[in-house]
Order: sequence, then C-alpha cells, then structure tokens
Amino acid sequence: MSPLLLFLLLLLLSVTGFFIGRRKAVSLAKKAGGTSRLHSLPVYYGTLTAFWCCLPAFFMFLIWLSFEQSIITWLMVADLPEQARALPPARLNVLISDIQGLVNGNIVSGEVTPLMRSAAEHYISLKGISQMITSVMVLVVAIAGMLMVHRQIKPELRARNQVEKVVMGLLVVCSTIAIFTTVGIVLSILYEAVRFFQQIPVTDFLFGLEWSPQMAIREDQVGSSGAFGAVPVFAGTILISAIAMFIAAPIGLMSAIFLSEYADRRLRSVVKPLLEILAGVPTVVYGFFAALVVAPLIRNSGAQFGIDVSSESALAAGLVMGVMIIPFVSSLSDDVINAVPQSLRDGAYSVGATRSETIKDVLVPAALPGIVGGLLLAVSRAIGETMIVVMAAGLSANLTANPLQAVTTVTVQIVTLLVGDQEFDSPKTLAAFALGLVLFIGTLLLNIIALTFVRKYRERYD
Amino acid sequence: MIKSTKKSVVGSSASSGRIKAIDIVNKGLKRRYRKEKRFRLYGMLSILASVAFLAFLLTSIVFNGYSAFLQTYIKLDVPLEAGMIDKQEPGRSDFQGIIKSAIRSYYPEVTERQDKRELYALFSSGAAFQLRDTVLSNPPEEGTTLSLWVLADDDVDMLMKGHMKRDVPEGSRRLNDKQLRWIERLEADKRVEKRFNTTFFSAGDSREPELAGIWGAVKGSIYTMLVTLALSFPIGICAAVYLEEFAPKNLATDFIEVNINNLAAVPSIVFGLLGLAVFLNFFGMPRSTPLVGGIVLMLMTLPTIIIASRAALKAVPPSIREAALGVGSSKLQVVASHVLPLALPGMLTGTIIGMAQALGETAPLLMIGMVAFIVDIPGGFTDPAAVMPVQIYLWADSPERAFVERTSAAIMVLLAFLISMNAVAVVMRKRFERRW
Repeated sequence: MSPLLLFLLLLLLSVTGFFIGRRKAVSLAKKAGGTSRLHSLPVYYGTLTAFWCCLPAFFMFLIWLSFEQSIITWLMVADLPEQARALPPARLNVLISDIQGLVNGNIVSGEVTPLMRSAAEHYISLKGISQMITSVMVLVVAIAGMLMVHRQIKPELRARNQVEKVVMGLLVVCSTIAIFTTVGIVLSILYEAVRFFQQIPVTDFLFGLEWSPQMAIREDQVGSSGAFGAVPVFAGTILISAIAMFIAAPIGLMSAIFLSEYADRRLRSVVKPLLEILAGVPTVVYGFFAALVVAPLIRNSGAQFGIDVSSESALAAGLVMGVMIIPFVSSLSDDVINAVPQSLRDGAYSVGATRSETIKDVLVPAALPGIVGGLLLAVSRAIGETMIVVMAAGLSANLTANPLQAVTTVTVQIVTLLVGDQEFDSPKTLAAFALGLVLFIGTLLLNIIALTFVRKYRERYD
Repeated sequence: MIKSTKKSVVGSSASSGRIKAIDIVNKGLKRRYRKEKRFRLYGMLSILASVAFLAFLLTSIVFNGYSAFLQTYIKLDVPLEAGMIDKQEPGRSDFQGIIKSAIRSYYPEVTERQDKRELYALFSSGAAFQLRDTVLSNPPEEGTTLSLWVLADDDVDMLMKGHMKRDVPEGSRRLNDKQLRWIERLEADKRVEKRFNTTFFSAGDSREPELAGIWGAVKGSIYTMLVTLALSFPIGICAAVYLEEFAPKNLATDFIEVNINNLAAVPSIVFGLLGLAVFLNFFGMPRSTPLVGGIVLMLMTLPTIIIASRAALKAVPPSIREAALGVGSSKLQVVASHVLPLALPGMLTGTIIGMAQALGETAPLLMIGMVAFIVDIPGGFTDPAAVMPVQIYLWADSPERAFVERTSAAIMVLLAFLISMNAVAVVMRKRFERRW
C-alpha cells in the first residue's frame, strides 16, 4: 500500500471513528435522559475517538517512514556477499547508491552486475514487506485505538477535557517547530562545516587570500589546487551589498519620508501598491533583468567613455539588488517614522520650522534607532540575496574594490559548489556548508542587533 | 536652524529696539524655503526613481517576451507513398524520413549533403512527432498528400519575428544566405505563418526552444505549493493561536518568539542547506521532488504566516473573549468558535502573501536538486519536477536567442500568478477588514 493511500485510509478511519463515538454518546444520552446528563457534548466523544484512532497510528507511520530507507538499506547491505561487504566504505557507498538507482530506474554508474541485480531485487522485496508490515500495523493500531475509546465512552467520561489536552499538546508542538528549524539549521550546517574544518584549518579559510575550490580529481591535473581562502568571497559580498545599500538607503528613506510626510492620500494609495509590486517581484526576475538588460547597458555606456567594464560587473548586480531592497527599506522606515508621536512634529512647527527642517532635525533623530535597525535588516537581506548575484555576478573570486570588475559572493559560491555533483567527503562540497555557516552567523548577528534596535525604539514611544 | 531662530526670538524680546527677530527670520526665509523645495524634490525623485525602475523592468520583460506567445509554422505537403507507413504498427514508421522526403520534394534543386542538412535545419525536430500524432489519430489513405502546418526551427522563428536581422553580414547571423533564400521562397508561397503558441502552454522543458513549454513547471509549482499550503497553514495557525492566546509569559515562549523573528530574516538559501543536509541526506527523501521542495518552502514561509496570524488574532477585541468566557465556554472553545472565525480572514491574507513569496522563491530549491533538466510533466508529489522560478533560471542560462523571449514569457506567467494572488489578498483584506 502506498503511503498516500494509507494516509487517506487513516483519515477515512478517523472520520468513521468520529461518527461512531458521537453515536454512542448520543445513544447513551438518550438512555440517561438528555444530553445534559453527559459530561461533555457528544461532539467531544466523537473527536476523542477520532484522535485515538489517528494520532498514535499516524506518529508510528511517520517514524517508520523516516527510518524505513536506512533500515532497509542496512538489511540489504547485511545480506550482500562477503566480498562486497569487504569493500572500502567509499566504494560500498557507490555500490549502494547504484543499487538504489537500479531500483528507482535511474542511471547507474558503470555496468550492472548480477550481484547488483540480485541486491536490487532483494531491496524491492524488502521494501514490499516493509510496506505491508507498516500498512497492517498502522491499521491495527488505528482500529485498536478506536475500539478502546469506544468501549470507554460513558456519561462520566471527561471527553472535553481530554480533547482539549490533546489539542493543547498539538498547539505546543506546532509552535516549537520554529525552534526545531533553527536547531536543524545550526546542527546540519555545523556538522558539515566541522568536517570541512577538519580538512582545511579555520584560519586558512577565514584569512586566506585565494579561493579556487576546484579539487584535482587526478594527481597530475593542472590548475585545480583547491585553495579555500574565503577573503575574496567575503570582500565581493561586502562590495555588492555596499553598492546595493548605496542605492537603497537614500532612495528608500526619502521615499518613506515623502510618502509619510508630504504625499496626500491619493498619491499614497497609488504609490504604495506600486512599491509593494516592486517588493513582490521574484528575485529570479531581477536576476534575469540584471543579466540581460542592466549589465549590457553598463558595459556599453562604459565602452562609450573608453572604460573597460566586465560583463558581470559588481555594479550591475549591486544596482539591481539595491532596487530590490528599496521597498524593504521604505516600508520599514515608513513604520518607524509614523510611530514618532505627533506632538514632536507639532512642537517643531510651532516654533516656525519648515517641514524639511522638522524632518531633518526632529523626526529623523527621533526615529534614528528604528531607521538604523531597518537598514541593518536590509544589509542582512542584501548579504543573503542569492538569485540576482548567481545570475548577474561572476564566479571568479577577485580581491578588488573596483565595482566595474567581476566579483563573487558567498551565496554564489554556495550555489555553484552544491549544484551538480556532490560528494560529501570532498572539501569542495563541504566548503559550501562552511560558507553557509558564515552566512548564517553573519545574518543572525545583524538581525539580532537590528531587532534589539527596533524593539528599544518601539518601547521609547509606546 | 531651529535653535538659532529660537535664540534670536528670546534675545530680541529682552532688548527691543535694535535688530528685530522677525527681520532675521525674514532674511533667512527665502533660503529656507528653497531648501524645503529641494528636499521635497528629492523625495519626489526617489519615488519617481523606484516607479520608473518598475516600469522599465515590466516593459522590458513584456517587450522581450510578448512575441513568445506566437510561434512560426511552415506549411508542408507530405506525400504518403505506399510502404511509408507501417501497416501493423503505424506508430513505428520512420516519420523523420517522411518529413525529410517531403522537404526534399519541395526543394528538388537541393542535392548536396551539406545543403540538405542546412535545409532540414529550418524545420523543427518536432515536425516528425506532429506527423506521427496526425497519422495515429486519423490514419490517412496511402497515396494521399497530407497538408501539414509544422513547427519551424527557432532560428526561423526568430527571423520571422524580426529578432534576427536579414541585412547584417552573413557571418553574424545564425542562418546563412542560402537558408534565407529558401525561407523567402516559402514566404512567397504563403507557407509561413505565425500562430498562437499552444506548445508553450502544454509542453514540458526541452533543449529545442520551439518545443519547450512552461506547463511542466506550472504543474511542479502547483504540487509544491499544495505541499507547502497543506503543512504551513495548519501549523502556522496553531503556532500563532498558542503563542497569542495560551502561551504563558516565560523564558520558553520568549525563546520561541526570538526564533520566529530570526527565522523570518534568515537568508532563504540557508533553508536550502537545511533541506539538503536533513531531508535529502539524513532522511533519504527523493531529490528534485515537490515533496521536499514543499517542506523546505513550508519552513521558510512559516514565520511569515505566524507573524501575520498573530497580528490578526491581536486585532480581535478582548470583549469578545470575555463575553464567551462569561457564558461558560472553556478557553479552547472561546478561541475555536469565537476568536478564530473573526481572525480567519486576516490569517488567510497572511497565508496567501506567504504562498506568493514561496511561489517566487528559487534559491533553496536549487540546493535540493530542483535544477535538473526534466522533460516529463510531473504527475505526483514524488516525481522529479521543476518549478516556475527554477525554469526561468534554467532558460535564462540557455544561449539561444529564442530562450530569451521564452524566459520573459515565463516571467510574465509567473508574475500573473503572483499579482492575482496578491490581488486576492488585497480584496480579502478590504472586504473582511473590521474596525472594532
């Protein structure tokens, strides 16, 4: 039975459980003389039955699904002939993935040996047995749970309290997913990054000046030294983000000021949705636009003045990224400026300040912590932005501050290292996780600082 | 500026008679008004700059992409001689050969091998499949001549749409002079026509631009979004309800809140790394599938949905809760039957916005292998699939000029989806917005 079908069947069973439980409660109530004789409304008896029917079975099902693959693989490996199991771990992994490829009808590296064929058949039969066992067990647990509750339904059963307890538990579990996600991110990245740092020293990675992650496959290969000094990558990221902020900070801030202080209702109701559209355009569209329109434009206008501009210049990527961030800066600053109490404005006007003087000398200083917080969030956004730089910035790691040259960024390197063939034992693939760790920590710090700024600011005027 | 004005006001009242404060103010007024105007202009210019960029972006995409909705077809007379179609299994006949002989019979003067190859290149390799479909759906008599509009090759298509100029030197265009003459003859015979490009909306990806379509990616996106929605909507709402209505104020809930706020600002590519390391490598889930993509996007959109749902819950006035508690509801009953229905429109709006974000997201999906070249249209949650933004990324990388217009057209389709989703959200917000 396929997982999806089993899942649907489970759902159907619990719906049945609901009706059975409710009917029993109703019939009990009739005998006892009215629903008021029951502890809870009949619906709760039904819901309780449904819960006991689906929840234990479902959790069992989930746990089995997540470990099924590894258990089956382990069983299959245990049954492989002696000479195959004696292979070195790397070769054995290749063999296993080949067998799995054979099972799924994928391409297999090299020739299909009789050993692999028989192993694949073994795998398929194991999988079939596993699915049969799961189906039977899940259904048995579901029906057993349903019958158990059904027998316990009495007028005195505190069904509502029990149902509420279960629902509360579900709510708590759902709200802790955010924690699990963070923990998952930290652990998974950290684990691979530590494996990377076992091969490449941390100091080489953080302070090395040369980045060329291509590893030599053969001993005598030229030009693939495998250097993992990430400084040029960091420098490129900072350069592009700086260009982006150079565009986004003034324009976004001025837009917010204009919209909140000068524009009338009509203009605001037109411009705000337009800015929202600008914010909603997917980054891959910006990337396409940067690569197809903006980069050639800059290159050609550079050629007019006799300046040699790279076709993957940092300027093009930074420019478009800046435009992408404008609505972000503008909406954050808009919130912050609107939160400044009206009394401060009135005070400034009453001593004869013009609007721009009020804004420059009163509003902006008063809102400064919030604005700085917003700008920091924008910076973290710029650093983590991927698609624009993947499509419009370069791959070669140049250590330069010239915006007309091609530079590369952390996110570009992560994408290029992980798209395509991955080997989780070579530093090339693992380097992506080390970069990811740096990216995660960097943006996390920026976010925490920014959020404290914003919170402090909010508290000041709340 | 203000400080100095203030000071002079105070000073003048103390010693009247000498310089009046109003004179100082008046003297500086012109300059200050000029500054005021300039400041206002800066504000206007920055708004104008963003709007102009948006207009530039949209027009350049429409301008580049509108022509992809048309496709050049060439009318080809296909004489079906005896023995050409396999009697037992008509599907296994040599349709490529039949098309080639039909092309040869239209240009009898072409005999050189090299010339023939250049001639065949004017027609799409999809022509044989078109012939096959026609023959299979409606088996023709032997000896008749089928008149068929077949797909032109993408170079011919570009020529007909004016993206390839005829008057540039031969070396700098993809069709040579000979091929141009052949096309001109077709045009003179009125055998070339541009029609609505149905392939684009019904086919999966292909290496040949004229055979490539967006439908596979659209379906992949739909499956991925279904997974995301099915997970993130219930989980997001449950989390929001707990944090807003039930959670005690303690360290644990504070920690959850800090986590949610931080996750909302974590770069999306990091979620991709998580998906690769945990879902693919640890749990061994299948690569490139909507299932894994949907789960990763769920984790990414969850903070958005939770934050929006909490705002919606906050907007429900406490009097409603108190009234329900007053007639004897339990806390959970209050939330389930009074607070939630009132907050639901706001939650739905937040969910739609989160889904729109997920629909346009590319970077985390690259990490979990959704960049593979997939021709088949996915039929389920565990089939390898591409999604629309990834398809755009893949096509944007292709060198053919015809893929530029198809990329732009795919962007238009994606933007149409996004704008309609956002429009639904805006309408819902307007319609159900309640001020208490």
